Amino acid sequence: METSKVTIRQQKIKKDFTKQKCIVLTVLVGIVLLMAIFAEYIVPYDPYAQDLSNALQPPGGAHLLGTDRYGRDMLSRVIMGGQTTIFSSLLLVVIIMVVGTLIGIICGYSGGKIDTVLMRISDIFLAFPGMVFAIAVAGVTGGGVINAVVALACISWPKFARIARSQVMTLKQSSFVAAARLSGSGTCKIIFKHMLPNIAGPILITGVLDIGTMMMEIAGLSFLGLGAVPPIAEWGSMMSNGRSMLQTSPWVILAPGFAIFITVMLFNLLGDTVRDVMDPRRNKK
Amino acid sequence: MKKYVIKRFLQLIPILIGITLLSFILMQSSSMDAIDVMEQNTGGAMSEEEKAAIREELGLDKPIAEQYIVWLGGILTGDMGVSYVSGQSVFSTFVSKLPATIALTITSILLTVLISIPLGIISAVKQNRFVDYLIRFLSFIGNSLPNFFVSLLLIFFFSLKLGWFPVMGNAQGWKSIILPTLTLALAMASKYTRQVRATVLEELNKDFVQGARARGIRENKILYFSVLKASMLTIVTLLALSIGSLLGGTAIVESIFMWDGVGKMAVDAITMRDYPVIQAYVIWMAVIYVMVNLITDIIYCFLDPRIRIGQEEA
Repeated sequence: METSKVTIRQQKIKKDFTKQKCIVLTVLVGIVLLMAIFAEYIVPYDPYAQDLSNALQPPGGAHLLGTDRYGRDMLSRVIMGGQTTIFSSLLLVVIIMVVGTLIGIICGYSGGKIDTVLMRISDIFLAFPGMVFAIAVAGVTGGGVINAVVALACISWPKFARIARSQVMTLKQSSFVAAARLSGSGTCKIIFKHMLPNIAGPILITGVLDIGTMMMEIAGLSFLGLGAVPPIAEWGSMMSNGRSMLQTSPWVILAPGFAIFITVMLFNLLGDTVRDVMDPRRNKK
Repeated sequence: MKKYVIKRFLQLIPILIGITLLSFILMQSSSMDAIDVMEQNTGGAMSEEEKAAIREELGLDKPIAEQYIVWLGGILTGDMGVSYVSGQSVFSTFVSKLPATIALTITSILLTVLISIPLGIISAVKQNRFVDYLIRFLSFIGNSLPNFFVSLLLIFFFSLKLGWFPVMGNAQGWKSIILPTLTLALAMASKYTRQVRATVLEELNKDFVQGARARGIRENKILYFSVLKASMLTIVTLLALSIGSLLGGTAIVESIFMWDGVGKMAVDAITMRDYPVIQAYVIWMAVIYVMVNLITDIIYCFLDPRIRIGQEEA
């Protein structure tokens, strides 16, 4: 088949292409992040200022993406909403990465009873399908972005704990860790100086690949009214609020919808590319 | 084999206890007392004596551990309390809504299989050709679209613009299940096509395929009789495992399309702070999910001699 005929030259071209793709995507994601950080300064209008005489204006003219039913500028709201959605999903990914990795390291390094207990606990969280548990947690704690983040963090950390644990367990057997221990390094030093840099790669890749999914789940919870509470601009809740106007003024839904679609796609593309760059074994396939 | 099945069932016990304990603690830690919710929902003010009487009736004055045991006993006998809102038995409400969700799940899985298995195989066979890139591109798009956005887009085009399907509800028979099914299947098929492609590719690169080619067996025959047979096991397992994300995902889709299943029931219960209903939803969804995974594991082990022998030796 064609795969066996791939020459070294072709492989090099592919590798260079992947690297260039990675740079382009990093720049694009960087632009999105900068827009989110400086949302307050780049919005053309106040995203919370109501102007009922200007309600539900179609896109074009003074309002590039139209206005919603309170006459708020959609473009400004989409940019502001990006801040909420993007930062809460980044916060969520960082939380589950840190918590999951820490627990995973503790399990893998100490083994024995601690390992068994913590892994059984993670089994229990993994026993809840998809967003079911998150919906319940968010439902009990009530609305709010932070509550949505906590709810999703509850069910998402075991994945990282598993990865970290299996990595640490293999590393524990390796000779360089034995050498470090023989030379008198303490547990903390072995874990943070020798093991963490070695397990960081797969965890970071999984983390970047998760950002898009987490963004959709946070927006999903907000859509159900379990995340960001109005009037806070957030893509999921903006779409939920516009549901009744789908027929008459579809831009109220399409604007945040495409915003979330494009952002998730950018983060997914970045995740895929980072994985290809960091894990060349996959390219050979 | 028998030993393995028994072992797996025993492992299930701590997980089931964990699921119930976690759900119990979750509901206990809610910011509002059951009685306060009842008071709010009925709209009338209750005196402290009345509240105390209801507490005693519901067993809410007993210590937490005792409440948990009583409550757990209730679950085992199918008694999960009554809804704060409707006053009806939570368990029977759940059971009455379950068929709608199961119907939606089955149609979505069927559609997913119909879309993703052929596409995944084509994509693998035509690796790095135009068709492969197109399929991968489409599955990438599908992976980046949140299901609530897909639902709204489908409603916008097919219900509002074209008027082919009803906007919501499950009153119009088969027509009303199409859009929710499409939404769920689109997301699942996008993920699944990639997995099918990867599995088939892996099998295609194995030595036995080379061997068959060397013996001059036709490419089509290799594909349909050897490669697909070898891939099917992984493909079916992955499909069974994705049921979990489907069960969780139905909540949003059900509430958008007003599909009267357990997902919509849970979302409605959350807005009314109807904790017993939420509790029933969480526990039963988890139990269904765990059971599906267990059955998948056992079937997998039954079908794959390598695993069966490995388990017996272990």
